[in-house]
Amino acid sequence: MKLSKRVLLISASLMTLGLAQSVTAAEPVKAAFVYFGTPGDAGWTFAHDTGVKLVKKELGSQVTTTIVENVPESADAERVIRDLAAKGNQYIFTTSFGYMEQTLKVGKSFPKVEFYHNTGFKSSENVHTYNSRIYEPAYLAGMIAGRMTKSNTLGFVASFPIPEVVRNINSYTMGARSVNPKVKTKVIWISSWYDPAKERQAAETLIGQGADMLLQNTDSTATLQTAAEKGVYAFGWNSDMSALAPKAHLASVIHNWGPYYVKTLKAALDGKPSKENVWGGMKDGMDGLVSLNSNIPASVKKEVEAKQADIISGKFKVFSGPMKLQDGSMKLAAGQSFTDQEIDSIKFYVEGVEGQLPK
Amino acid sequence: MIKLQLKPRTEPNQRMQVYAPLIAIALTLLSGLLLFQLLGENPFIAYKAFFFDPISDINGISELLLKASPLCLIALGLTICYRANIWNIGAEGQMYIGGIFATGIAIHYTETLGHWTLIVMILASALGGAIWASITALCRAQLNTNEILVSLMLTYVADLTIKFLVYGPWKDPMGNNFPITISFADEALFTPLAFLGWSFWDGTRVNTSIFITLFFIPLVWIYNEKLFAGFKNLVVGIAPGAAKYVGFNEKKIIWIVLVFSGLIAGIAGATEVAGPIGQLNDKWTPGYGFTAIIVATLGRLKVSGVVLASLLMALLYLGGESVQVTMQLPKSVSQVFQGFLLLYLLACDVLINYEIVILKKIGAKYVN
Amino acid sequence: MLIESLTPLLVSAIGAAIPLLFAALGELIAEKAGVLNLGLEGTMLMGALSSFLAVAEGSSLFLALLIGVAVSVLFTLLFAFVTISLQANQVATGLSLTILGVGLSAVIGKTYVGFSAAKSFAPAPIPILKDIPLLGPSLFSLDYVAYFCLFSVIAIAWFLTKSKAGLALRSVGESPSVARSLGLPVTKIRYLAVLFGGGFAGLAGVYYALAQFKVWQDGLTSGNGWIALALVVFGTWRPFKVALGALLFGSVTVLGLYFQLVDIKVSAFVLASFPYVTTILVLVYLSMDKETIRRHAPAWLGKPFFDDR
Repeated sequence: MKLSKRVLLISASLMTLGLAQSVTAAEPVKAAFVYFGTPGDAGWTFAHDTGVKLVKKELGSQVTTTIVENVPESADAERVIRDLAAKGNQYIFTTSFGYMEQTLKVGKSFPKVEFYHNTGFKSSENVHTYNSRIYEPAYLAGMIAGRMTKSNTLGFVASFPIPEVVRNINSYTMGARSVNPKVKTKVIWISSWYDPAKERQAAETLIGQGADMLLQNTDSTATLQTAAEKGVYAFGWNSDMSALAPKAHLASVIHNWGPYYVKTLKAALDGKPSKENVWGGMKDGMDGLVSLNSNIPASVKKEVEAKQADIISGKFKVFSGPMKLQDGSMKLAAGQSFTDQEIDSIKFYVEGVEGQLPK
Repeated sequence: MIKLQLKPRTEPNQRMQVYAPLIAIALTLLSGLLLFQLLGENPFIAYKAFFFDPISDINGISELLLKASPLCLIALGLTICYRANIWNIGAEGQMYIGGIFATGIAIHYTETLGHWTLIVMILASALGGAIWASITALCRAQLNTNEILVSLMLTYVADLTIKFLVYGPWKDPMGNNFPITISFADEALFTPLAFLGWSFWDGTRVNTSIFITLFFIPLVWIYNEKLFAGFKNLVVGIAPGAAKYVGFNEKKIIWIVLVFSGLIAGIAGATEVAGPIGQLNDKWTPGYGFTAIIVATLGRLKVSGVVLASLLMALLYLGGESVQVTMQLPKSVSQVFQGFLLLYLLACDVLINYEIVILKKIGAKYVN
Repeated sequence: MLIESLTPLLVSAIGAAIPLLFAALGELIAEKAGVLNLGLEGTMLMGALSSFLAVAEGSSLFLALLIGVAVSVLFTLLFAFVTISLQANQVATGLSLTILGVGLSAVIGKTYVGFSAAKSFAPAPIPILKDIPLLGPSLFSLDYVAYFCLFSVIAIAWFLTKSKAGLALRSVGESPSVARSLGLPVTKIRYLAVLFGGGFAGLAGVYYALAQFKVWQDGLTSGNGWIALALVVFGTWRPFKVALGALLFGSVTVLGLYFQLVDIKVSAFVLASFPYVTTILVLVYLSMDKETIRRHAPAWLGKPFFDDR
């Protein structure tokens, strides 16, 4: 009898303590991030991880973050996302295009959880999309490439022929041809977002066939490093890769997810979770061209800076006329430009890109 | 000075048949403990996450069955082959082709077939797996070629065939150019048990394909243990000379066992693409065809053993997935466990057919 | 113009062929002793990871290479012990080694995924020879490890056909009981052959990590271990034929990428199936005639031998 009284006393005091706790401090928000790769890729996932680090720095203990790395874009992803939702995460960020259907599916089963899907185009009541207009700094990179190429051949190591990737190839090419109409772009598709071995082989093949300015839409640093070994130039992609090959690196086309993550989770903390689909560009600070090589002539730098200012102010739109297709026909006349919807469904090559776009 | 030596037993030790797998499991668990320790994780927390968390709720049990079912199915087919000493390593490839055939029906004939679609898919997948295994059978039975290498090479060809199809003619036009087919319609999918009105399984993914496995369990058992055909397989496997002498047609048996196991593996392919995945894509299987080899070996080529072993292997898969989410360890931890288990089992098996004899050196010779 | 286009292709093809050749040569020796080691893929990855980790922790390239080889030999020792001394089934044991190697390397290498090799083997062009068109920049501008590989082809061919030890090895693989009665230490020979095979598989892994791809990623060898197995058969267990086959198989991926640029409409997958299909055809051709297969494949391949010495 004495024992049970003691137990009662202890549990009563614990409960009071617990109540006190919940009254004084706001519940930390539970956020989860699903990574396609690992931060070690120094590319795509590194960029997201940098963003998450900003969240930890600015929001500290108010947000608990769970991260799952190396989640393939398959049924596996659905299992992981579902598991995270079932474990009480209220804000789940799925950071790759190939998680689109899985996120939507899990979203249906967990209506109270907010999902944020990266680079997709389908949304629902509780699944929102976020993306950056990386084709803008890709255009600027193209300008640098167009000015500095000696072989007039650009190379592009590409992943999957989805609109997101195709528009980057187009943007890169258009930027180059705006300053050097003789430029041609060769593309190799490796059917993977991340495969350093294959990326290297693709880069070697491109370089072997004359490309001296390489860009990529894949997630590793292999292309840049191959370029460095073979004595040509390349751009960093997703994250600042300048430290890896200072001589061969011309500039990096990067995403900047941190401010978006902080903003979204702050809104969650304030009890007003964000429900909008976000597609920000350079003017919103969501992407940019950084770490320009000092070898780039000052005149080229000025040209690029001017164009960047025009893009930010809205004076210049990347996907605007005159824009010709591969076969020479005019897709956009001067003065016309694509709507966001049209940019999101680009499935053609512009003039200057060589080869056939895989169906 | 002492020396250890193996001495063949006159007959296999019955106790060891049961002890060997248990010793192997114990050694595997020990190795796993060391591994987790090496990775800087508390091994006991890791073990709880690996072995207990995955099956701690009804959803977990469902996932366990979902994974064990195809493993068990394929392994049942493999027991038929291995008992005849035909080393079919290509179950993975036969499963792929079965999946392809099932997909072919699903994406082209669903409207025409209506609610017959699923049945036709299952039959087609069986046909596909059988055809693929027939290539190996042809090479082995008629052309005397080593079935290990042939069935292995065919697995890679099957994998490339899938890639060719999903990157090409069968690619979903609305799939954003990703290597996937269209999602199968409901008539082409195995119904989750929950939708049959069995609310016990609400919210889980285990589906009616489990009945196929349950059907084959007694079927294969009867075939292996009770039918004369099963007996013939065993004789051909253990004593081919005797089999020939008695007049068993070795060629015919090779065809039968390979086609039978290929057929079963093909159906397993259908249960996957028409089950939890609902389409064909280029990354749909976590190597079930190869893991089934472990299941068959662990199960001592007996149906009862295979059933238990498939549950264990499924748990190992789930464990890896569990520690991936809760401890941020790579999923490949599953493979480490599977690899160790098979290796230790093969090592411990020696005790069944051999005994260890300790020899002492007296003078210049070693004596018992 | 054609030579300019072809040269980089040849460079890439040879680069891809070297590790395949290492693994295949090693397996050839093991198979000549009658042991079929299906654990190549796992062994290659263990060798790759250990050498990669070694340079990451500051070791010299040469030391890293030795470490890679040592690790893969130790790893293969597991296989050798279980199959040779414990009489286990070679196929299942080899498979377990592959599964274990793939899993272990992924788990241990997890923090290094995507990292570039801290050091890598640089090309060492041979003076004068390097200026020959086509062959100069490719065959004569390889790194030292690759030169060693090519040398091994010749050395192994000589060993098998002209040396007493080679003869002993071959007799063990043909009929261990006969070799036994001739007084040969069958078990010891089998162990050495298998461990040699493991060491060379390790070299293949080292080459992938520190010479060809210069990076660590899960499954770095992407199935090439199985291609190496096929290669031994394709080359009918003869070193020079295996070398030629390695070049052929190595070009397959390279060509697939190149065809994209010249708009040749061959599916990369059809191309990639070429090594496997041809291997099956070669296997069938060899096996059809009992004489042919006897002349080429080791008779006791894959079978256990109980050595009661």
